[in-house]
Amino acid sequence: MRARWHILVVDDEETMTESLAAWLREDGYSVDTAGSGREAIEKSRAREYAIYFVDLKMPGGLDGIETMMQIRKLQAEASVIVITAYATVDTAITAMKEGAQEYIVKPCHPQEISLLVERIIRVKNLQRENAILRRKLTRQYRFHDLVSKNARMAEIFELMREVASQRSTVLLQGESGTGKELVARAIHFSGDRGQRPFVAVSCAALAETLLESELFGHEKGSFTGALGQTKGKFEQADGGTLFLDEIGDISPKLQVDLLRVLQERRFFRVGGSSEIQVDVRVIAATHRDLAVEAREGRFREDLYYRLNVINVRIPPLRERLEDVPLLAQEFVDRLSHELGREVSGISDEALRLLMDHTWPGNVRELENAIERAIVSCKSGVLTADDLAFLRPQPATGGGPGLGLPSGLTLQEIEKQYIEATLQRTRGNVKAAADALGIDRSTLYEKIRRYQIPR
Amino acid sequence: MLALAAMGELPDGVLRRVEAELERGFGLRVRRMTPVAEPSEAYSPARGQWSSAAFLKALLARVPADATRLLGVTERDLFVPVLSFVYGQAQLEGRVAVVSLARLRPEFHGLPADTAELERRAATEAVHEIGHTFGLVHCADRLCPMSLSIDLVDLDRKTAEPCPGCSALLEGSLEMKRTRAGGPR
Repeated sequence: MRARWHILVVDDEETMTESLAAWLREDGYSVDTAGSGREAIEKSRAREYAIYFVDLKMPGGLDGIETMMQIRKLQAEASVIVITAYATVDTAITAMKEGAQEYIVKPCHPQEISLLVERIIRVKNLQRENAILRRKLTRQYRFHDLVSKNARMAEIFELMREVASQRSTVLLQGESGTGKELVARAIHFSGDRGQRPFVAVSCAALAETLLESELFGHEKGSFTGALGQTKGKFEQADGGTLFLDEIGDISPKLQVDLLRVLQERRFFRVGGSSEIQVDVRVIAATHRDLAVEAREGRFREDLYYRLNVINVRIPPLRERLEDVPLLAQEFVDRLSHELGREVSGISDEALRLLMDHTWPGNVRELENAIERAIVSCKSGVLTADDLAFLRPQPATGGGPGLGLPSGLTLQEIEKQYIEATLQRTRGNVKAAADALGIDRSTLYEKIRRYQIPR
Repeated sequence: MLALAAMGELPDGVLRRVEAELERGFGLRVRRMTPVAEPSEAYSPARGQWSSAAFLKALLARVPADATRLLGVTERDLFVPVLSFVYGQAQLEGRVAVVSLARLRPEFHGLPADTAELERRAATEAVHEIGHTFGLVHCADRLCPMSLSIDLVDLDRKTAEPCPGCSALLEGSLEMKRTRAGGPR
């Protein structure tokens, strides 16, 4: 196991370097030699050495102390042992002050060198084991600005890395709040198109005609209120990426239009007669199971296959609870800065509360919870009291604990709860979506489905 | 085949024991050749010792054509520049090695002479240095002749027979197979 440690012996006297190198090689170490300080620095740029033996007296060019200082700049973790003659012990002391770990006075007893090297290597072995263990304990996977400790997410990051620079369409599937747009952005910004536009469209937020105009643009006078020519999102995203969120919610007509653009990369503006060609990578996302939607005839099968070239299913937060502490700390760091609050950590009790929650609103709900807790936090650390709103509420009366009459279906409860939330936010959809822990497009979709007046 | 040569005058018993242990330890035929002269330039008046590198150089010039290794044995106290002394030195995966009897003698350390002790130590050290020429590095088994000895306590603890780990490495060594087959390098 010693051969994995490399040692460099630096001395202008070849007999010295060779004899020491031979001695260390017999001990099983991999040893290189250098005849000058300059050569030693060249070699240390090319390879990492655990130990450097440097002779203090090297006439011409860099002396031992200068060599050692340069080496330590390049490899701060390396141990430097200076070799000196009796006459220069004072210089050896200077070398120790400059960061040499040990010095030996030549000629030295064989035991001295062997024990010295063995002791240093033993410490280095322990440090290496420690670093490996620490990495195992805190293994984190990163892709762009996404972070996770979950093995499934690591696979997703790997896939994203592979497809980032391709033009293939990506279909992201996952529950609301799992961070589909963040994934889309990470794919876009880490690929070849990263310098070009990233344009996001929420398909659930707009009515069919508006969405058509939004996507493809329109010519002046093509409909009431079309006062001028407007470029659509496809044109805006030319050369870059178009992110189509909630693709499962688009109308049958738009499904046809979209299929044509994906096949031909050409389209007409609404009311236009000239064809427009674009180079756009499409990343689509949905919380629905599009395979089921296609099988049951609610979504065009040909469009589904066109979109589903690369499929990424993002797991809900409850399936990767190991990410909760990591994400929570990330949110604390970012949001406390944004909100101008000096909150830096999360107490163990608060963390337990976070881990016990099932997070139906996924990462977005977690982010909202941390934001709310930071606002009410009175110390530098989030406590369980700051997160008390996550505790299950005791039921009141005979109702479901929301002040609602009993006997309602789940959908009726959802409708009424959304109505109540919208009332509380005075019709502000973003604030209501935040409070409900769902994204805006999902709330729009629910408002439309339940025909909630605004 | 291994060649064995005295460098200067030596007790015959030492060479006989070295020859026997090398044959036993490595399963190799050992041939004693005519003595090799001590290189006079090896002497360092400043240290009162002899450079082992110069001894190795002198041996390298005398390796017989039909031998793959040559071990020299000397009474001289050997040194390498960075160390105060060495019991012996070898070319790692090379052709030559040298063993010094000077510090293996009990009388060097102020103790009564003991021929049997000297012969045993010389044989163990010879196996150690020849092991290096076959690419073996220091072994962690303190009883193995390939373990590092930095004093006589270490040396006297060792046996002349390589441990199972070092034996296995030797058995797998192509160089050892070639040597046993009797072919030159």
